[in-house]
Amino acid sequence: MGGHSNWPEWIYIGVVVALMCWVGAEAWEAERLVEHVPEGAETIIVTGQQWFWTFEHEDGTKEIGELHVEVGKAYKFEIHSKDVNHSFNIHDYVVLMDAIPGRVNTVWFAPTDAGEHDIQCREYCGLIHYNMRGKLIVEDPTA
Amino acid sequence: MVLELQKPRPIWQIMFSTHHTDVGLLYLITSLGFLFLGGALALAIRAELFLPGAQIIGDAMTFNRIFTVHGTTLIFLFIIPFASAVGNYYVPIMVRYKDMAYPKLNAIAFWMIPPGGALIWLGFADFTWYATPPYSIISAPGPAADMWIFGLKILGISSVLGAINFIVTILKCKHPDMSIGQVPLLAWSFLSSSLIILVAIPTFAAALLMLLTDRLGVSGFFNPAMGGDPIAYAHLFWFTFHPEVYVLVIPAIGMMYEIIPRFSRKPIYSYNSGVFAFVLLSIVGFSSWAHHMYATGMSFTEKTVFMVGTLAAVPASAMHVFNFVATMWNGRIKFLTPMMWSVGGIALFFSAGAGGVANAAMPLDFTTHDTYWVVGHFHLFVMGTIAFGSIGFFYYMFPYVTGRMYNETMGKIHFIMSFVGTVLVFFTQHVLGLYGMPRRIFDYPPIPEWIAMNQIATVGAMVIGVSMAIFLANMIYSSARGQPANTEDPFGVGGKYYYPFEAKNPSH
Repeated sequence: MGGHSNWPEWIYIGVVVALMCWVGAEAWEAERLVEHVPEGAETIIVTGQQWFWTFEHEDGTKEIGELHVEVGKAYKFEIHSKDVNHSFNIHDYVVLMDAIPGRVNTVWFAPTDAGEHDIQCREYCGLIHYNMRGKLIVEDPTA
Repeated sequence: MVLELQKPRPIWQIMFSTHHTDVGLLYLITSLGFLFLGGALALAIRAELFLPGAQIIGDAMTFNRIFTVHGTTLIFLFIIPFASAVGNYYVPIMVRYKDMAYPKLNAIAFWMIPPGGALIWLGFADFTWYATPPYSIISAPGPAADMWIFGLKILGISSVLGAINFIVTILKCKHPDMSIGQVPLLAWSFLSSSLIILVAIPTFAAALLMLLTDRLGVSGFFNPAMGGDPIAYAHLFWFTFHPEVYVLVIPAIGMMYEIIPRFSRKPIYSYNSGVFAFVLLSIVGFSSWAHHMYATGMSFTEKTVFMVGTLAAVPASAMHVFNFVATMWNGRIKFLTPMMWSVGGIALFFSAGAGGVANAAMPLDFTTHDTYWVVGHFHLFVMGTIAFGSIGFFYYMFPYVTGRMYNETMGKIHFIMSFVGTVLVFFTQHVLGLYGMPRRIFDYPPIPEWIAMNQIATVGAMVIGVSMAIFLANMIYSSARGQPANTEDPFGVGGKYYYPFEAKNPSH
């Protein structure tokens, strides 16, 4: 340190370390809450394959490319893939989970408002990856 | 200081030479050639994404091939060989040795790059630079994919040979009067990045072999249909390529450590903290690889471990930024082209790092992962930090190598246009990611926000393209017709901080 005192750098490093600790703690707390699947969430089996999504509800109804859900319910997605890696994504609800052949990944969400949202694939899966899209239709049964 | 012979020689004498400045020149020209090739592909990608629908590329397969080769080229055929060029020119001089420790090995390491590059360019694979299985095993068309695998294999071996050479040169061949604590920071950066290469690259080398045998159908390491697991590949890949990020960025920071004290006309603020941060980065760089894989279904505990490992790298990077700013503080700064590139690079390094903290935080990553946010984030590193540091250093080396000065005005225009272009492209890509646009897509739905951001990004890319054309013209013209440089002090910053050593003429 060339004979001069280096206290400004120590203070600066302390601030950076404190900031990182804060970011880490906040992220840890948020992720812990987000990962907790609520009791009684309805399971929807999501299957990705080149290059479309299929959905199977608990009552056995199947949908291709479109997913109908209801406001006020919680849903748990069980994500499968038939061929290569995909990533199931509803960006508006920050739902993102990879579909990996040979594995079942889960993620949950609870729609809050009626409306339409985009479903897309966010992991490169080949020729028509760019158009592996679907629609999430949130319905309000009371309306 | 003279880095190159003033006497012209026939090209074959340089090509078959093992002298470190000759090999350095070969590395330099090859890497800059690939910079322009890879950059041209980037312009094609941006032109295609200017509007929804097919624009100039026409089909998705070609587009997928273009972004794969763009990424592979600029990482393995521009950034790494450029760093090797600088290392070849400077490391032996800085440790006061006549050449690299193993000159023939050095030439071999260079001569592996053209065949590796040729395999990648002639194959033109389509499975992204990440070559994800099972896509790369069951879907990617050969022989392009196999050529890519062999190309990367060759380039990986070349990196390992180069790394061994740098480590031995610095540790074993430094002048006996010189302690390790006197080795300049640029040489320290090569020592750190070479050590990372030695630990990291073999893992990917193994994964590549497994990928190849999986493609041949004789094994099923990553193929779920044969009982394998694609996530195993992801771990092997990122165990190499997250540390590889530091392999790329550490030499660029080392280059800034050369330029910033010179042009600030002040000694470096703290040599010790620079060394400490390099060594720390090369260790904690290995604790963060799986932050690329939060969305693959990792458990909460795994994610937490890798988030902490990632955040741990931030203080070390921040120490470099502090060191640069503290060195410039109260300095008599001379803003010539190399200094402008370095200072711009530091600003973008800071922005890239700040975005990286957001990615590392687990819940935020689910918003940004595999969107254009990530594209913007890592391009701020590879373009904004590494290419800026490298191009700045190229301007700095230019008079020593050619004996002539580049055109200062054109150099400054190149910097200003590139800086503006980089901000336009990569900051908007962060925003595009927040709007939810996935990476690696040939076409997108006509969402007004997506169109607007893509258009800004494309304009920015064209600005960078024009600036690079100016750069090329400046290099070609100035190396032949530029003003003769005063090789003792070409930038007129005073000789106090120059090293008193010279590269030895190989034919003497």
